[in-house]
Amino acid sequence: MGTSIIKIKNEHETEAFGRKLGASVKAGTVIALIGDLGTGKTTLTKYIAAGLGVTEQITSPTFTIIKEYRTGRCPLFHFDVYRIGDIDEMYELGYEEYFFGDGVCIVEWADLIEELIPEDALTIRITRGEGEEERIYEVT
Amino acid sequence: MIDGKFAILAIESSCDETAAAVVLDGRQVLSNIISSQIDIHKQYGGVVPEIASRHHLDNINHVVQRAFDEAGEKRAAETGVPDARVTMEDIDAIAVTYGPGLVGALLIGLATAKAYALACGKPLIGVHHIQGHICANFIEHKELEPPFMALVVSGGHTNIVEVTDYNECHVLGGTRDDAAGEAYDKVARVLGLGYPGGPLIDKIARKGNPEAVEFKRVFLEKDSMDFSFSGIKTGVLNYVNSEQQAGREISVPDIAASFQQAVLDVIVAKTVQAAVKMKKDKIVMAGGVSANSKLREMMAAECAKRGIKLYHPSPILCTDNAAMIGCAAYYKYKAGEVDDLTLDAIPSLPL
Repeated sequence: MGTSIIKIKNEHETEAFGRKLGASVKAGTVIALIGDLGTGKTTLTKYIAAGLGVTEQITSPTFTIIKEYRTGRCPLFHFDVYRIGDIDEMYELGYEEYFFGDGVCIVEWADLIEELIPEDALTIRITRGEGEEERIYEVT
Repeated sequence: MIDGKFAILAIESSCDETAAAVVLDGRQVLSNIISSQIDIHKQYGGVVPEIASRHHLDNINHVVQRAFDEAGEKRAAETGVPDARVTMEDIDAIAVTYGPGLVGALLIGLATAKAYALACGKPLIGVHHIQGHICANFIEHKELEPPFMALVVSGGHTNIVEVTDYNECHVLGGTRDDAAGEAYDKVARVLGLGYPGGPLIDKIARKGNPEAVEFKRVFLEKDSMDFSFSGIKTGVLNYVNSEQQAGREISVPDIAASFQQAVLDVIVAKTVQAAVKMKKDKIVMAGGVSANSKLREMMAAECAKRGIKLYHPSPILCTDNAAMIGCAAYYKYKAGEVDDLTLDAIPSLPL
């Protein structure tokens, strides 16, 4: 699969990118987000959710690991696996039901559970650009 | 009934803690067991809980048994009857948290509560986790009664809630991204302080200058009672990066103090503003972050200026616990709100 590099100048461009992705993504897709703290993983998720038609407020799932939203055109499962200490814990959370289910999964810190991310997942690596608001998305 | 008082066995397992308690008439706690605070491993050969539901499953029966044992010990001490016991026969209702939280974790508490309710023929009462946090104050302050304004701040929640009656409240504002406690954890991570971030930042900030770095206070739209703490986390990151790139040494206490000041300025201002606007003369704090010493100090000063009385629970009741769930359940029961065995876990239960 090809890789595309997208330069994001500010949050407006994040919004445009996220909404477009959310509008086109198929149910059953896993979107793996990889990037350091403060690179805007949750912010991007908000806009993908908006593109999916989710009307609820998207808040950080860090504390509860998974948050579910069912107001869009298909269910959205928003994961933050930062607190997962051991890959076995993903099995105990029943991750297969989400990853191979009927909704879109967005997984923050996906690199921590790399072996569980399906091969056909959409991976977005986020790094910081030169300016404080700039980000680089490497999409595969 | 115990001493003519309505006895509730309460269970809480919405996130990391497995907890059980025996509560009389809503406000008198006979026992309040939290799995992470007792050495279950040593005593019962169980497992100290982490995030996964299996750990709740391993712990729950021990925690419930311990809640009965401790309630019995307390009764023995109070009545002078050395072999006083509290058993399921003394219990009038089973209370359980059914949301919000991690679904697998919630289900363990819920399945346990339902099993007891069915097997022992006791009424089942489902409780909202945040409602429980607010009710922790009824246990701590026997004279406290609604109405009041409540601030719920924890690792997973940041809400301003108008409490008009025991079973009636309105959420006026919440976080649009990170919870306050989560912002603390993430900034602690950036500063290399470790986990959990709240108490660590609170402590090291005492040695720093809260005016050393100007972090942006995010108040959102005029009159909005919502919060946003994601930006300040990024602000701290950007500051640390730019200082390090410029080859300057950073002062962790100064950054911690400045970060904390910026977060608490917003929390205190919005909570007090909400109380004034809705004409409440009491503010009640709840949740893990309400144990933060700087928050208590700042809130107390601001409340004193405006003649508002401030309440907060002791640390054991700030953290996730089951006594608060028993308290909330008591007032639901009194209002005739009882659930049946179809009660389900709702991960994103609205208040």
